[in-house]
Amino acid sequence: MSADLTLILPEIVLALFAMGSLVAAVYTVKDELAGPLLWATAGLMGLLAVWIGTSGPDTQTGFNGMFQDDPFSHYAKVIILLASAIVLIMSRSYLEKRKLLRFEFPALIALSVVGMMMMVSAGDLILLYMGLELQSLALYVVASMRRDSVRSTEAGLKYFVLGALSSGLLLYGASLVYGFSGTTQFAGIYAAAEHGHVSVGLLIGLVLMIAGMGFKVSAVPFHMWTPDVYEGAPTPVTAFFATAPKVAALGLFARVMHDAFGNAVADWSQVIALISVLSMFLGAFAAIGQTDIKRLMAYSSIAHMGYALVGLAAGNVAGVKAMLIYMALYVIMNVGTFAFILTMERDGRPVSDIRNLGMYSAREPAKALALLALLFSLAGIPPFIGFWGKWAVLVAAVDANMIWLAVMAVIASVIGAYYYLRITYYMFFGDAPDEPMDDVRNPVLYGLVILCGIAVLVGIGNLFGIEGPAGFAAAALVN
Amino acid sequence: MFNLLSIVTFLPAMAALVLAIFLKGSDEAANRNAKWLALFATSATFLASLLILAQFDPSVTEFQMVEETSWIMGLSYKMGVDGISVLFVMLTTFCMPLVIAASWDVSTRVKEYMIAFLVLETLMLGVFMALDLVLFYFFFEAGLIPMFLVIGIWGGANRIYASFKFFLYTLLGSVLMLVAMIAMYADAGTTDIVVLMNHSFATETFAVLGIQIIGGMQTLLFLAFFASLAVKMPMWPVHTWLPDAHVQAPTAGSVVLAAILLKMGGYGFLRFCLPMFPVGSEVMAPLVYWMSAIAIVYTSLVALVQSDMKKLIAYSSVAHMGYVTMGIFAANRQGVDGAIFQMISHGFISGALFLCVGVIYDRMHTRDIDAYGGLVNKMPAYAVIFMFFSMANVGLPGTSGFIGEFLTLMGMFQVNTWVAMFATTGVILSAAYGLWLYRRVVMGDLIKESLKSITDMNWREKAIFTPLIAATLIFGVYPAPILDRIGPSVAALVEHYDTAITEAGFAREIGVQHADAQSASH
Repeated sequence: MSADLTLILPEIVLALFAMGSLVAAVYTVKDELAGPLLWATAGLMGLLAVWIGTSGPDTQTGFNGMFQDDPFSHYAKVIILLASAIVLIMSRSYLEKRKLLRFEFPALIALSVVGMMMMVSAGDLILLYMGLELQSLALYVVASMRRDSVRSTEAGLKYFVLGALSSGLLLYGASLVYGFSGTTQFAGIYAAAEHGHVSVGLLIGLVLMIAGMGFKVSAVPFHMWTPDVYEGAPTPVTAFFATAPKVAALGLFARVMHDAFGNAVADWSQVIALISVLSMFLGAFAAIGQTDIKRLMAYSSIAHMGYALVGLAAGNVAGVKAMLIYMALYVIMNVGTFAFILTMERDGRPVSDIRNLGMYSAREPAKALALLALLFSLAGIPPFIGFWGKWAVLVAAVDANMIWLAVMAVIASVIGAYYYLRITYYMFFGDAPDEPMDDVRNPVLYGLVILCGIAVLVGIGNLFGIEGPAGFAAAALVN
Repeated sequence: MFNLLSIVTFLPAMAALVLAIFLKGSDEAANRNAKWLALFATSATFLASLLILAQFDPSVTEFQMVEETSWIMGLSYKMGVDGISVLFVMLTTFCMPLVIAASWDVSTRVKEYMIAFLVLETLMLGVFMALDLVLFYFFFEAGLIPMFLVIGIWGGANRIYASFKFFLYTLLGSVLMLVAMIAMYADAGTTDIVVLMNHSFATETFAVLGIQIIGGMQTLLFLAFFASLAVKMPMWPVHTWLPDAHVQAPTAGSVVLAAILLKMGGYGFLRFCLPMFPVGSEVMAPLVYWMSAIAIVYTSLVALVQSDMKKLIAYSSVAHMGYVTMGIFAANRQGVDGAIFQMISHGFISGALFLCVGVIYDRMHTRDIDAYGGLVNKMPAYAVIFMFFSMANVGLPGTSGFIGEFLTLMGMFQVNTWVAMFATTGVILSAAYGLWLYRRVVMGDLIKESLKSITDMNWREKAIFTPLIAATLIFGVYPAPILDRIGPSVAALVEHYDTAITEAGFAREIGVQHADAQSASH
């Protein structure tokens, strides 16, 4: 028993910290404590990331196989923790300025991160569901954190209703899987679901679970909530949605597909391939008409999930490795882009219309150049690291004999390039807006934009060394 | 110096970095510093590239001065030059100082302008030296970004349309090439160009969606590369981005586009299509021949009716690139030699023609042919230079334009007489539009009021044209320096090609008949 608890020590520490901080703030100065708590939470997450990142490469299971501690979960957890910590730090000034800096915010984020850590370590349908719900419930609340704003409450409600529906689908699928395999443990399901011998009930359960997880990663056709929630939620929350939960959901997706259904790759790979093609194309086409940068990033994230799912659809080690690399790069690019969006305001109010960026390069050349690098990286144009992400998933697809999928992916990437180009066009040679945006001088955000802008260029050398860990993690996951 | 190629490639980018970080302000002094630094950097690159030429041994057909360092995901950073690429490197480094000098009058955002061109030079040089598929793609694709900004920021009135069209059109072509590259990687297990050149991809016919693909995988790979390179080239009917991009781009942008960027297409055909997919090339060659012939005639006719000078020269570029593709896929010594020669010479001539347009555009701010007339009265030096390059463009013997056209047509004649005949009419048409343009702009009386105060070229402009005139004339009279350097590599390429198609049972019917007829007559 104590060995089991040691295994989930990082999760316990984070959960206790979150609850402790809630209690401490409630009984003392409440929101005045929010700032220090935010820093403390971010710091703790950073420490946990180092802890998990430096822990051994062994695969261990706890709680009778419910909880899995392997290189795959380590890789995903490190990204989740670091992304959450950075987003927390990014949010501070924005929330403070709008009097949204409440003590619940860091605690809720911490709790959702605990959920995410459970998700990527899940070895059992029950733990999967618990992790997913813990994550989602915290996210529903932060989405509607701005209680006096109709948009924000609408976003929260929409997210909640659709999220509950997806959880229902997932739960129904899980119950079918349990019913037809006789176990909730992934190892048992793995043995029961062998390609060619998968019963219809198990298959339906599998498809329902894919639908449920599709909601969480916002893959088409389960993406409807994404643009509205991204637009309505306060920008730091949107930044959070776009990073850590996506990594966790994809990690869970890969976990379930390979750990539980790894014997039946041929049964699900076509389904995932279809979802990924639809996501890439919808993400590319729907963003064309958008002028709101947050909605635009929502469609962009849908398209990116499509590319990451290409790696999953390949159904082999190379595919999972490509997906993991893709997600890490995706997080870097999104953190930089959202740090930029957080600085977009006029008269102290946040603006998100991209036309406000007209001739931005004339006023802020360094920031404009950094955003240019980030956008071209998101579009997958070399010499930026986004290209490596695309390259990795395409190689995996071709290796798995899915050339059609690779062709679809590159065509979608050309269409998608248009809207990234459009932002560049506004910044570098569009018409200047009548009234320029405020000159936001925030060293944290400014530094992050520049740093990420440099990172996407410098990273082409060795991808910050993530290739090795990603390969290791993928090898640990795929049986 | 074992990493000379990398030094040459990244020297301009280093200068761009220095400009970006250390040059502050946008006043007169800062602009002047930016210009001088850019000119200095590009000149230094040219001088350094002379070392490449000096070390280059034309008799060796393998890649020389190879550098290799392992990269990520099993790829490698590998650079090297052979007889085919070394002259493109020289063309690039030779043209860039002239391009910078021609931009001396740019006054808006000078620093960014110079950075864009310096970065562009690095990327273009990288394309010609890369010996790894992915590295090649890196440079090939990245070049779109600075060019997009150059057209967009410093372009003409309709620059937004032109920049988007340029970017998306060429990107769509390239991504299919990317998929083909991945398929090659999956098949051969490496992205090393040297290894891939000796790897035989499958040629067994198979069916895709019920269509029989003769030449099998090679044909499909060829088509994917063709989609990218034909757009870049550009070949009819995917050339429509070029006139738009040329017209809207600033003068220096047009020069880079015409002189260097277009050559990437031809270089790609020589580096990938002929050596790696010989059977695919052979199967698709008739299509390429006719596309080239149509390009030559059709775009020449279109050029005749243009009222915008830059557009006219842009269409003439498409026609001249038609000779290049024709020569390459004739796949014999004369054809390929001629194609490379034609590309180099077109770099000098079309670059100079766009500079000629730039000279009067800077003075009158219009490219409309009707706005000019009788310039010879006020600008005698300009009239001489413009005439020289018009004649070179027409392919007058004694200029380098003649050699390229003649060799490619000769190469084609041995393979397909009809195509060669059809294409030869293009020579007459090019004389028609070239001379007519010249007559309308330069000859006649100077009657337009607005032209009365126009001034002749200053020393800077003359200095820019001098090396171009010298190159056009010297290589027109004495082409050996170029042909000697490309000769052995081209011979090896053609031999490799012939062996490969003979082995695969795709012996060239027309060529063989021709040879039979010759031996019979003797």
